[in-house]
Amino acid sequence: MDALSFTARNVLLGATLLGVSGGVLGCFALLRRQSLLGDALAHAALPGVCLGFLLTGSKSPLPLFLGALVAGVAGSLFILAAVRWSRVKEDSAIGIVLSVFFGVGIVLLTWVQRSPGGNQSGLDQFLFGQAAALVTEDVILMAVLSALVLATVAAFYKEFKLLAFDPEYAASLGLPIRRIEILLTLLLVTVVVVGLQTVGVVLIVATLVTPAAAARQWTERLGAMVLISATIGAFAGASGALVSASAPRLPTGPVIVLVASAVLVASLLFAPERGLLWAALAERRVARRIRHENLLKDLYRAGESRGEPGAFIPVPELMGMRGQSAPRLAASARPLVDKGLAERRGDALRLTGDGLVTAAGVVRKHRLWEVYLTRRLELPSDHVHRDAEAMEHALDDVAVAELDRLLGHPAVDPHGQPIPRPEALAVEGARR
Amino acid sequence: MISDPVPPPSANEADPEASTVTAAEKVLPAIEVHDLTVAYRTSPVLWDVDLVLPPGKLIAIVGPNGAGKSTLLKAILGLVKPITGWVQVFGESYEKRRSWVGYVPQRESVDWDFPTSALDVVTMGLYGRMGWLRRPSSRHREVAEECLDKVGMGEFANRQISQLSGGQQQRVFLARALAQDARLYLMDEPFAGVDATTERAILTLLQELKDAGRTVVAVHHDLQTVAEYFDHVVLLNMRLVAAGPVADTFTTDNLQRTYGGKLTLLTQTAESFLAKRPGGA
Repeated sequence: MDALSFTARNVLLGATLLGVSGGVLGCFALLRRQSLLGDALAHAALPGVCLGFLLTGSKSPLPLFLGALVAGVAGSLFILAAVRWSRVKEDSAIGIVLSVFFGVGIVLLTWVQRSPGGNQSGLDQFLFGQAAALVTEDVILMAVLSALVLATVAAFYKEFKLLAFDPEYAASLGLPIRRIEILLTLLLVTVVVVGLQTVGVVLIVATLVTPAAAARQWTERLGAMVLISATIGAFAGASGALVSASAPRLPTGPVIVLVASAVLVASLLFAPERGLLWAALAERRVARRIRHENLLKDLYRAGESRGEPGAFIPVPELMGMRGQSAPRLAASARPLVDKGLAERRGDALRLTGDGLVTAAGVVRKHRLWEVYLTRRLELPSDHVHRDAEAMEHALDDVAVAELDRLLGHPAVDPHGQPIPRPEALAVEGARR
Repeated sequence: MISDPVPPPSANEADPEASTVTAAEKVLPAIEVHDLTVAYRTSPVLWDVDLVLPPGKLIAIVGPNGAGKSTLLKAILGLVKPITGWVQVFGESYEKRRSWVGYVPQRESVDWDFPTSALDVVTMGLYGRMGWLRRPSSRHREVAEECLDKVGMGEFANRQISQLSGGQQQRVFLARALAQDARLYLMDEPFAGVDATTERAILTLLQELKDAGRTVVAVHHDLQTVAEYFDHVVLLNMRLVAAGPVADTFTTDNLQRTYGGKLTLLTQTAESFLAKRPGGA
C-alpha cells in the first residue's frame, strides 16, 4: 500500500472522514426517523452547487460547498414552512422539496454544461461523486467540517439524545428544542456537503443511514451505537477507497455504499439477539426441546394407561399418538436414548428411571395448568388440553412450584388423572 | 428523593430562597388558568377555561376522549400555544417556574425501542440542571438510582427499556420526573394500562408526594377510582364543567354534563360513591 498515489491517499482520507461523520450523525437521523430528510437535503444541494459555480465562475471547493450549504438550508426551511403553513404532511413535503430542488438542479446543470467553458466544469461529478477528483484543498475542507460535526455532537450529546428520545419532555425541561433541531439539521447538511464529491448527492443518504442501521443491530446503548456506526462508516469509506484504487474502472462512491450495505446485511443476519440467524437458531432449539418433551410425555402416558409407567411402548403406537412419521420419531428418540432418558428394545421404547422423572415433570406441568384453567379461569374441561400442550413447555420450575402452592397442591387434573409428585418419582426412578 | 415535609415559613430565616419557596407553595394556587382557549387549526380543543387548582393536593382531570385533557397539561407546560388566555404556576409564568414542575407524559408518546437503559432515562430528568456541555456525573447517577428505587425499579437500572413491561415503563417515567424533585407534577394518564403492582406503587408514591406537600395533577382515565385516589377533580369537556373537591364535585349531575348523559355506567358509579358518603346523596 506504499504504492498509494497522492490521489488515492486523498480519496482514502476523504472517504474515511465522510464515513465517520456520516456514521455518527446518521445515528440521530435514524433514531429520529429523519433518514429521508437527509436524502432530501442532499438532492436539494444540487442547485446550490450549480449556482455557486455560476456566480463565482470557479470550481474551487469553497463556493461550491457554500452553495450546497445554502441550498440545503433553504430546502429544510421549505419543508418546515410547508408543514407549518399548509395541509401538506411531512413526508409529502420532503418528497416535493427533493424533486423540485433536484429538478431545478438538473436544469441548471444542463445549462452550465451547454454554456461556453461549462463543459469543463465537471459539475456532474456531484451527482454520483468523483472521488478521483479530490484535491488536497477538498480534503482539508472535509476534515475541518467533519471535525466540526464531531465536536458539535460531542458537545451536545445529551441534548441530541433527549431530543431523539422524548422531545416533548425535553421542551418541558426548558431545552430550546427548536434551536437544537435546527442545529441537527445544519449538521445533516454539513455531512451532505462533506460527501458531495466522494459519493454524490444521489447516494449520500446511504452513508447516513446504512452504518447507523447496521450498528443498531449490535447494541442497546446509544453511545456504543454511535461508536460502532462511526467504525462501520470509516471501514466502508476506507475499503471503498482502496478497492476502487486497485480497480480503476470501479467508481468509489457506489463501492463505499456497497461495502456499507454488505455490513448491514451481515448485521441483520448475524447480530446476536436481533439477528435473523440468531432468532432462527433459537427457534430451532426450542422446537427440538418441545419434540423431546412431547415424546417423553407420550411414553409416560402410554405407560400410565397400561398401569405401568415404565412399560415398553411399540413405536407404531407412539407414531399414532401424534401422527409422526417413523424417521421423525426416530430422530426425536435418538437424543433421549443418548442422554439416558429412554431405552430401545427392538421396535419399542421405554423410559429409564431418569426419563421417568423428567417425563413426570412435564406431565405435572400440563396437568397443573389444566387445573388452573378450569378452577381459576373457569374454562370447561374440554377446552384446556390445547393450551396446556403449549404451556407445559413454557413454565419454569419456579412458576410450577408457585402454581402448585396457589392451587393448594391438587392431586388430580380436570380429567381425573393423577398429577405426578416429582419427589415420589425420584424415589421410584432410583429403585430401577 | 422526597425531601422532608415542607417546614413552616419562619423556620428558614437563614435561607431566604427556601422560605420564599415555602411561602409561595402554601399560599398561591398551584395552577391558575384564565380564559384559556386552544385550537388545532380551526377546531377548538379547549374553550374559555378558567381554573384555580390548590397546592398540596392530588388532583384528577377527567373527561371523555377528545375533551382536551392532555392539551390542558400541554398548555400549562407551554408545549402548545393558546389562542387566548394565560396560565400561571405558583403565581408566575411557566418559564419562571420550570424547575418546579415535573412532567410525566403518556407512555405512547415515545418509541421504547430507543437504545437506552432505564437508568439513562431517569438521568435525563436531571439534564435541565446540568447545563450545556456537561456530562452526567456519578452524583447524578446516584440520584437517578435512588429515584428508580423509589418506584421499585432499582434492579432494572441497566435493563434496555424495550424489555420493560408497560407498567415498568410507566414507573421509569415517574422516576424521571421524581429526579427533578419538583413541587408540582403533571401526569398524563399514569394509571392507564398498568398492572396491579404498578398501580399500587404509583398510588403509594402519590401519597408520599402529598405528604411531602407536593401537588399532583393527573389526567385520569378511570372514573371508578377517581374518588378513591384523588382529593380534587376537574371535569373537562372542552369547556370546564366543574372543578373542586371530589366530595362536592364528583356528582351524577356533573358527570352527566361532562359525558353527555349517554353513559348509564357513570350514573351507577356516581350513585354508588355518593351513597357511601355519610348522609347519603
